Amino acid sequence: MTSQVATQKGWKIGDREFQSRFLLGTGKFPSVLAMQAALEASGAEIVTVALRRVDLTGRKDPQADMLKEIDPAKYLVLANTSGAMSAEEAVRLARLAVAAGLPKWIKLEIHPDPRYLLPDPIETLKATEILVKEGFTILPYIQADPVLAKRLEEVGAATVMPLGAPIGSNRGVETRAMIEIMIEQSQVPVIVDAGLGAPSDAAEAMEMGADGVLVNTAIAVAEDPAAMARAFRLGVEAGRMGYEAGLGPTQRTAMATSPLTGFLDE
Amino acid sequence: MSGVPGDPLEVLPFARSRAVETFAELMFGPKRLEDLANEARGETRKNFGRTMRLFAPLYLSNECVNSCQYCGFSKENPIRRVTLNLDEVESEAKYLAAQGFRNLLLVSGEHPREVPVSYLAQTVKRTVGLFPSVAIEVAPLATAEYREIVAAGAEGLVLYQESYDRAAYAEMHVSGPKRNFDERLGGPERGYAAGFRRIGLGVLVGLADWRRELVALAAHVSHMMKVGWRSQITLALPRLRPAAGGFQPRVAMSDRDFVRAICAFRIAFPQAGIVLSTREPAKLRDGLMELGVTMMSAGSETDPGGYTGVGKGRLHRTVRGREVALEAGEWEGAEATEQFEVSDGRSAEELSTVLRSRGLDPVWKDWDRAFAE
Repeated sequence: MTSQVATQKGWKIGDREFQSRFLLGTGKFPSVLAMQAALEASGAEIVTVALRRVDLTGRKDPQADMLKEIDPAKYLVLANTSGAMSAEEAVRLARLAVAAGLPKWIKLEIHPDPRYLLPDPIETLKATEILVKEGFTILPYIQADPVLAKRLEEVGAATVMPLGAPIGSNRGVETRAMIEIMIEQSQVPVIVDAGLGAPSDAAEAMEMGADGVLVNTAIAVAEDPAAMARAFRLGVEAGRMGYEAGLGPTQRTAMATSPLTGFLDE
Repeated sequence: MSGVPGDPLEVLPFARSRAVETFAELMFGPKRLEDLANEARGETRKNFGRTMRLFAPLYLSNECVNSCQYCGFSKENPIRRVTLNLDEVESEAKYLAAQGFRNLLLVSGEHPREVPVSYLAQTVKRTVGLFPSVAIEVAPLATAEYREIVAAGAEGLVLYQESYDRAAYAEMHVSGPKRNFDERLGGPERGYAAGFRRIGLGVLVGLADWRRELVALAAHVSHMMKVGWRSQITLALPRLRPAAGGFQPRVAMSDRDFVRAICAFRIAFPQAGIVLSTREPAKLRDGLMELGVTMMSAGSETDPGGYTGVGKGRLHRTVRGREVALEAGEWEGAEATEQFEVSDGRSAEELSTVLRSRGLDPVWKDWDRAFAE
């Protein structure tokens, strides 16, 4: 399928350029084949892989080798540290991932709470600071907190990835008001991550001016993951086009056809 | 709480919560089971994806100082007993790793002399190299003892309360340290304080009125989610199977009620793991795969040495704390006696095939020691 993305401008994370603004997670799929079909249909260039599902011993354990299913020539594999509860753990995992042959790009996820998987802002900032100094490209998963986003930018985060809603919740861009501020203030790409349940949610985030979105659950658990991946891709592209084309400001009230203050000119 | 006789939480140190109320409404209210099943399937997919985590139990020892009416390992039972040595534990572990398992549950009877904490820690150290995730299911320990197990590399703690009904608990646990209800009840919190990341709670269905037991389990889950907010809570409600000693479950729970309970737990606690063992028959296990269960065992043996036959040469009976040799005629084909009869005997590979045919991806590894090292 030819991509409409080609008509849109590329964008950069760190010093690397990408065409697709759609990032895909690889968890929760019903099979490897379904995951691969979804990746293909998504047009994504960046995919995340949970380190807890990968063999980090270098033995290439066939029972835990998600990586062999993803072509590194086609996709940038972004290792995610999901499961880490502290900066110390996340830093150790990032180093192990590199030792296991993964790129020095990390989706930094530190959530001490395994229920809602909400990110720990303090540990995330600490880990970002350490890993950036070690030469990692860090994409941190965070609350939609504009101040935290600026603090992360200052210590060298390559992007910020605010949540739209809790992971897996499919509730859409519930944090809209805060993400708008982040987009306004950020000097690094803002990628809306987590909670996007429908292609229209992805379009909404992109219309707001987000630089990209990351989706996993909504696609992985769809009846037809590949079709849903394509639908999200179109949502991302449509939203971006709308943003670039310049959406008209929304009006809360009808405009009177005759000016209400015309009498001043009389 | 309508549908539940008495107040099951009256004598338990758990606060009421919205989730517990929700559980009771779903479990005992008028909603159709089919509607619950639909909702439960949706919640399972959302929170855990279209996947199933697999694990295997490894029985270390069937020695026990407790006398419990429902358990095959009960000290009065004249069963064939053995405690595996570390090499034997490793042989069993290697067998399970070769079956594909990467998530191991070490299980043992309670016997401070035969199965001391130092031994348990050693078995963890022997197996963590083969398994990215190791959990233990043993008698409740003190916080410092749990720390020793965590330091050895274990990540999960399984400690079922068996019964939340104090009267039934006292009646079932005839003698031995297990009689101490409150010490057991506090175990999961001590384990959390010691650093376990996955904590498994559960009740043995069949010891007391299951309606009250399930509400109490829900309250315990809710309580642990608040107290142990950094841990992954799993729950299980194994229905008692016939065991050595001739125990017959006293309060039967129908398949229909069992399925309803799994669905109600899933909806009331969307992020809790739900464990289903090989105690349940294949047909029921298959049906429940999508309705809330997130962790299954397969090909399980519930006797020490059951996978590879190790430890056979040292089988004995234990009478009043002393080892008694088996009679000459008892050795033929003898194995250590199992804790309970397995109902679903399918291998890991067979179960995986069924999972895939139902659109579920078997997940073997979902944790790495590197996280906590």
